[in-house]
This record gives sequence, structure tokens and C-alpha cells, in this order.
Amino acid sequence: MALLTVSDLHVYYGSIHAIKGVGFEVNEGEIVTLIGANGAGKSTTLNTVAGLLRPRKGEITFDGESLVGVPAHQMIRRGIALCPEGRRVFLQMSVKDNLAMGAFTRDPAEARETMERVYERFPRLHERRHQSAGTLSGGEQQMLAMGRALMGKPRLIMLDEPSMGLAPILVQEIFDIIRALNEGGTTVLLVEQNASMALSIADRAYVLDTGNVTMDGDADDLAHDPRVRDAYLGG
Amino acid sequence: MGILSNLINGASLGSIYAIIALGYTMVYGIAKMLNFAHGDVIMVGGYTCFCCMSYLGVHPALAVLASVVVCTLLGIIVERLAYKPLRNAPSLDVLITAIGVSYFLQNAALLIWGSDPKSFTSVVGTGSFTLFDGQLTINVTTLVAVVANIVVMVALTLFTQRTKMGKSMRAVSEDKGAAQLMGINVNKTISMTFAIGSGLAAIAGVLLCSAYPTLMPTTGAMPGIKAFVAAVLGGIGSIPGAMLGGILLGIIEIFARAYISSQMADAIVFGVLIVVLLIKPAGLLGKEIREKV
Repeated sequence: MALLTVSDLHVYYGSIHAIKGVGFEVNEGEIVTLIGANGAGKSTTLNTVAGLLRPRKGEITFDGESLVGVPAHQMIRRGIALCPEGRRVFLQMSVKDNLAMGAFTRDPAEARETMERVYERFPRLHERRHQSAGTLSGGEQQMLAMGRALMGKPRLIMLDEPSMGLAPILVQEIFDIIRALNEGGTTVLLVEQNASMALSIADRAYVLDTGNVTMDGDADDLAHDPRVRDAYLGG
Repeated sequence: MGILSNLINGASLGSIYAIIALGYTMVYGIAKMLNFAHGDVIMVGGYTCFCCMSYLGVHPALAVLASVVVCTLLGIIVERLAYKPLRNAPSLDVLITAIGVSYFLQNAALLIWGSDPKSFTSVVGTGSFTLFDGQLTINVTTLVAVVANIVVMVALTLFTQRTKMGKSMRAVSEDKGAAQLMGINVNKTISMTFAIGSGLAAIAGVLLCSAYPTLMPTTGAMPGIKAFVAAVLGGIGSIPGAMLGGILLGIIEIFARAYISSQMADAIVFGVLIVVLLIKPAGLLGKEIREKV
């Protein structure tokens, strides 16, 4: 059985029907990506799974249990972390405090242990642990946002546009880290506008278009599908 | 010596404003709302302390404790009943509700205690001591207000900088959504903020009534508004800002009363706010955060 199953999801912003019956699955150990144009509903889908938005209809199950109606602050305890679009690190807090917030629900001794692992993965965060997050570069803030999400020891990490606004060399670095995280056993659900990068590291992909899943399949197959190439990979 | 005496009295009054302003600024920082009923919590604190001492004959220290407990609970209840249902409502709705709560508390006090002013006995006694061969007299109440302010400031700073709960409050004040993703219960955090702010209001109420011993249902209104001015002056949402704003405001008010005109003192206080906001719209210590892409 899939780790995360979303079926027939409908989400509204006021009267705007943003998600119109999206369904997908993420299996344990996979990297799954949702790709699509701006406004296709990718971020809305992730925010709904994370409990920040309430679906009007549909079912979300994680590890066999329904997530519909579970408040956002209980998701990390259930093993789901969202690394949100725009990073949203706590700019006025130090790097270390940001990471500590990521482990808010955990035992302090275990959290310290996880923090060491995060510093090993992101040595630059260790160098800057006493600096306030607002002084970090965009790439460092992305690393902090990811490190912070990892502090909760999630089984599933959802990454919303991790490459947004970053220089190409940093994008590569971030994607290498995502791959390494996945190899370390964390399941990844990735939302990206940079479809070619996303497809290059994903196992499977779903294409979203104006609130619907229009295509899905093996990431390599989709990367070579002419319709995907034309629409999302710049020909 | 006149100037020094006024400075001390100003700092003392300002300390009371600062303690009230902390409640305003913390609630604003966390819940992004202006709790205009905050001033009336001060009044409830004053009456609670007064009843405990005058009617029940309780020791002043216990009376202060009782008023802190009552106001803390009052803050939690008001938030739960009046503001929580409006969590996603437009901010104007919340503001109007807060004004409604303010009137409700004043009128409830009028019903319970009547409109006759009560004469409040200072919780620290009416003693004073003199310095510089009798040239400078300081009331114990004056001194206690300053000391209480320093204790509150140190305790709050340690709380928000060092403890997990305090850090989670800062996280919520910066980004509610991201804080929820960390597993922080935003509703609980808001409730806790109201509890702390209202508990501080009780302390301010007791200090205020000890320094100015007339207690009426409207006692909290003016200090509440001045503390709001202090919070905005210092930069609303900023704890050190509330401290600075409160103390400055107290000193300005006392000096204006002493050297300019006691009728004009309040106008001068509000005038200072306007001038500061023209020059620094975010307040003296208010930060404008720039987003990085």
C-alpha cells in the first residue's frame, strides 16, 4: 500500500475551484514529483496535504490513516514535513533556533542528535548557526528550510519549489541533497516548476494542469513524452 | 533636584505604561490584533486586589497574586469567547469586538462595584525615603514600579530568547503557517500570550492604583490608551520597544505636567506619538523586514 494516497481532492479558495479532483500516490522510498505550470494547483495540493488548507471533498491517507481534518500542527508528529514555497524560515531567529523549532515536538536529546546529522549534511548551516536566518543567502535559506523540515524526522518530506530563485549551481546542489535525503530513507514529494530537474531525480511524476492530473507515469518516460517536452520542458 | 525627582517619577509612571504596553505589543505580535480591552484588564486587576485587601483582609502579596490569577484567567476567557471565533475575520471586526469587550468589562465593573471611586491602599505601603540631605524624596511605590518593570523585562527577555515556549511564540509572531508546520499549536500560543499579557496587566493595575489610589470602572481606559501609544512609539510587536516607549512616555508626561501645563500633558504625549510616527513609521525600535529571494 502506498505511504500517501490522495484521491478525488477538491479544494476551493473562496468560490474559486482550485483543485478539481486530483489524485496521486507516493510509495515509501520514492521521489514523486508534481509538475505543471504556474497556477496548476501544485502548491495548493501540498498545502492541503499538510493541513494548512481544508479540502471540500476527497480523501488523503497517510500510512493507512485519514489526514482530512487533522490540524497542520499535528502533521509533523505523524511523520509529514512540508518545506514551504518561499522557504519561510524565521528570519529574526538564529539558524540554530530555526532548526530547534523544526524539532518542536521531539525529545530535546534526540533533537540534538538530529541537529548534528543536519549540520553534517549542511556544513554551511553549522558555520552560520549563530547568525540570524535573515542574513543568509537564498540558497542557504533553502538549506535551512530543508534542514528545519528534517529536524522533525519525517517519513515523508514535501518540498515546494526548492529551486525557486536560486542560481543554477545552487539548484544542482539542492537537487543533489534531495537525492541524498531520499537515499537516506526519506520519501520525497517534490513540487517544481523546473520540470526537467524534477523529472531527472524523480521515480514517478504527475502532471497537473488547472487543478487536474492530466498525465502520470514513470519520470523518465514523461521526460521523453513529446507533450511534456512541448509544454513543460521548453521543447 | 526638581528635575531628578521628576525624572524618577516619570520613569516610574513610564514603568507602569511599559508593563501594560508589553501586553499590547505581545498580543499584537502574535495574534496581529489590537486588544483595546487590555486597559480594562488593568482595572479588573485593581478591583480584585482592592477586594482581597479591603473586604477579605488578605495580605497584600496574596492580593497581588490573586489579581494576577484572575486577570490571567480573564485574558484566556476573553480570547476564547470573543476573539478566537474571529481568527479568520477581517481585522476591523476584531478591533470592533475588542472595543465591545472593553465596554463590557467597564460596565460589568460598574454593575459590581458601582461608580463611586474606591480608595486603594498601596500594596507596598506609603513609606518613602529621602536622599541628598532631604532634598529628594522617593516613594516606595515609585521605586517598586521601576523594579517591577526591570524584573518583568528581564524575565520576558529570558523567556522569549531562551525557552522553547518563548521561541515558539517568536516563531508564531513571524510566520503562523510555518510555525504550524513545525508542530506548534498556534491557538495555544495565542492563548498563552493573552494569559501572559493579562497577568502583566494585573501587576500594572496594582502598581497604578498604588501610585494613583483612585479606583473606578474607567481607571484602566486612559492608561490603556497611553500604553498603546507607548507600544506604537517603541515599535509595536517589539518587546524592548514597549519598554522604551513606555518609559519615554512616562517621562514626557511628567515633564510636560511639571514644566509646560498639566492640562496639556496628554495632548503633548499624543503629539509626540504623531511626530515620531512621521519620522519613523515603524516606531523607534520597530523593524521593517525585507524578504530575500
